[in-house]
Amino acid sequence: MTGTINLAAEVQQASGAASAAWLLLLLPAVGAAVLLLGGRRTDKWGHLLGCATVIAAFAYGLVLFLGSTSLAADDRLQNLHLFDWIQSGALNIDFGLRLDPLSLTFVLLITGVGSLIHIYSIGYMHDDADRRRFFGYLNLFVAAMLLLVLGNSFVTLYFGWEGVGLASYLLIGWYQGKDFAATAAKKAFIMNRVGDVGLALAIFLMFKTMGSTSYDVVFDKIGEQSTGTVVAIGILLLLGACGKSGQFPLQAWLPDAMAGPTPVSALIHAATMVTAGVYLIARSSPIYSLPQAEDARFVVMIVGALTLLIGCVIGCAYDDFKKVLAYSTVSQIGYMILAVGLGPAGYALGIMHLLTHGFFKAGLFLGAGSVMHGMNDEGDIRRMGGLAKKMPITFITWTLGYLALIGFPFLSGYFSKDAIIAAAFGEHGWRGWVFGGVALFGAGVTAFYMTRLLILVFLGKPRYEDLKSEDGRDYHPHESGATMTIPMIILAVGSVGIGAFLALGDRLAGWLEPTVGPLAETHGPLSHGLIAILTVAISALGAVIAFLLFGRREQPVTRPARVSFPVRAARADLYGNHLNEALFGKPGIWLSRALVYVDNRGVDGLVNGIAATLGGSSGRLRRTQTGFVRSYALSMLGGAVLLTAAFLMVRFA
Amino acid sequence: MTPSYYLLLSALLFTIGAVGVLVRRNAIVVFMCIELMLNAVNLTLVTFARINGSLDGQVMAFFVMVVAAAEVVVGLAIIMSIFRTRRTASVDDANLLKY
Repeated sequence: MTGTINLAAEVQQASGAASAAWLLLLLPAVGAAVLLLGGRRTDKWGHLLGCATVIAAFAYGLVLFLGSTSLAADDRLQNLHLFDWIQSGALNIDFGLRLDPLSLTFVLLITGVGSLIHIYSIGYMHDDADRRRFFGYLNLFVAAMLLLVLGNSFVTLYFGWEGVGLASYLLIGWYQGKDFAATAAKKAFIMNRVGDVGLALAIFLMFKTMGSTSYDVVFDKIGEQSTGTVVAIGILLLLGACGKSGQFPLQAWLPDAMAGPTPVSALIHAATMVTAGVYLIARSSPIYSLPQAEDARFVVMIVGALTLLIGCVIGCAYDDFKKVLAYSTVSQIGYMILAVGLGPAGYALGIMHLLTHGFFKAGLFLGAGSVMHGMNDEGDIRRMGGLAKKMPITFITWTLGYLALIGFPFLSGYFSKDAIIAAAFGEHGWRGWVFGGVALFGAGVTAFYMTRLLILVFLGKPRYEDLKSEDGRDYHPHESGATMTIPMIILAVGSVGIGAFLALGDRLAGWLEPTVGPLAETHGPLSHGLIAILTVAISALGAVIAFLLFGRREQPVTRPARVSFPVRAARADLYGNHLNEALFGKPGIWLSRALVYVDNRGVDGLVNGIAATLGGSSGRLRRTQTGFVRSYALSMLGGAVLLTAAFLMVRFA
Repeated sequence: MTPSYYLLLSALLFTIGAVGVLVRRNAIVVFMCIELMLNAVNLTLVTFARINGSLDGQVMAFFVMVVAAAEVVVGLAIIMSIFRTRRTASVDDANLLKY
């Protein structure tokens, strides 16, 4: 139904300030090129250039955004053709940008949060000899991510999609000397490939059935396609989204990606890149909104609901600060995917949760980074405790992010998450009860594991005093410098206020309407007010249980070995890695061993066999060369007689 | 006089030469047997020239004689040098050129 509404707004040619929108891409791209190609001579000012390009891009993005808000709603879809990119037979792909409310929202998120994290990195990476290269990679990431959201066709999106994958790989493997970082980078890259195959196949299918990959044409013609095609495209796009966003069944790489430096975890693996899957589905809303795509949306909802459960259950069992946050990210993106799977009732809600999550999760990660920075890079929360007094700014900003995440009333998460839960309850029949119930339960578990994290890290008695870190130093926790605390403060303010700012009066929903269609009202069996009260109550319950379990007694420094089955399962990532290993890893190894055997015995055997046969037989034939002249003479005579006889036979036969 | 007698004679001479090449060991004798074969061929050529009434066969016989003379020069020189190094002219003793 919204497909037609979307198309009612004609796409305009960009003009004015928007006609130079390529600057958005160019700024960080040039920054990356200078920093990566410039070598050591850019070491002194490299980090400043890295920050400057992103801040400039943010400023320009803000100009575009403000310019766009002053336009009439129908004029907000703008297209900027840059150059003809691929011309090959029937395949014509233009390189162009699409400036519309959705992409501009993302531009602001990427460059805004990106700027803060760049600034934070100045302090965080201060002691790293390769800080300049780090900023080069961050700039590369920002450029690729902007291309992803600004492209006006699925192929441009794919270009940016792969670009952020590359930047993510480079940054996860930043501590490449360490085995776990190199492995984690490889794992992220390979699992992302699985999703990328889905996205690529979806694009192939679009080109085959509709002859184009540009948003305009695809969204125009998708309504005429058969149900099978629409569902196939929807599910293949979802596979791509699952890979990039760490959704079930491709969720295993995201927690391992925490091997990278903390700013990377905050920027790429919490706030921006991993939400690309949500962007993809929201961008493809004209596809998912079609009545034919009902089944595809149902699969999206299942994936989202499953992932949000998996993420928050595993988050309860981990003792690594960043890994808990990583599973929290997995779970929160599950909420977003569930929201966009709801269709017209959820696109804007998913994007809103994405934005608020971008703020509070980036803030939480930066807080975690600040704690680890002050604790000799220690990540084990059992070795912390009582840090609130040592790091007051980190504690306060982190707590604000925490409250926003668990949905404390009137903070960001309250507006965005509650809206998703309410919309999930609004689905028809049993679906509403199941998805709504799962989302509601997830909210409680989220409050539980986040409260556990808060108590173990910041509250209680210090447990680190008698311990030494791995490199043999004592722990001397201290507050971080201004380049690190100021971004945290800004993000904390955002965590508190952004939700209310976006939600009140449906401001974001109205702004996104030209792209994803109007926000459909849902009327579930429970009223919105009741759901809001229920959510807050269940979150409070989760927090109270966590306090009763962890807040009232001393926690052991090493984690208990004898635990019940659910905890063991959660510690083992609900056996996700085991499953992948058993389903894909082991059979893959067997297959490759079988192929090696066939290659050694079959292919090589054939080649070597022919060679051995020829060698052996010629060795035997060699024996006829005796060196006796008379035997040669006899063979010559025999040959001559044979020839003669043959001629005569031909002649007289 | 039928020319076929000449052909029979030359066949006989050629066979004697060929058998001699195969069974004798002395290089000089083998060499003489080769000459015998060449001359048997010469006789055949001349006979056919006579039968056909053309000069082609005779011209070819002259060529064979010239080549045979050159071959004798080279061959005898080789046999001489073999004899000097090995103190024998047996063809079976010079069998180094083998596998």
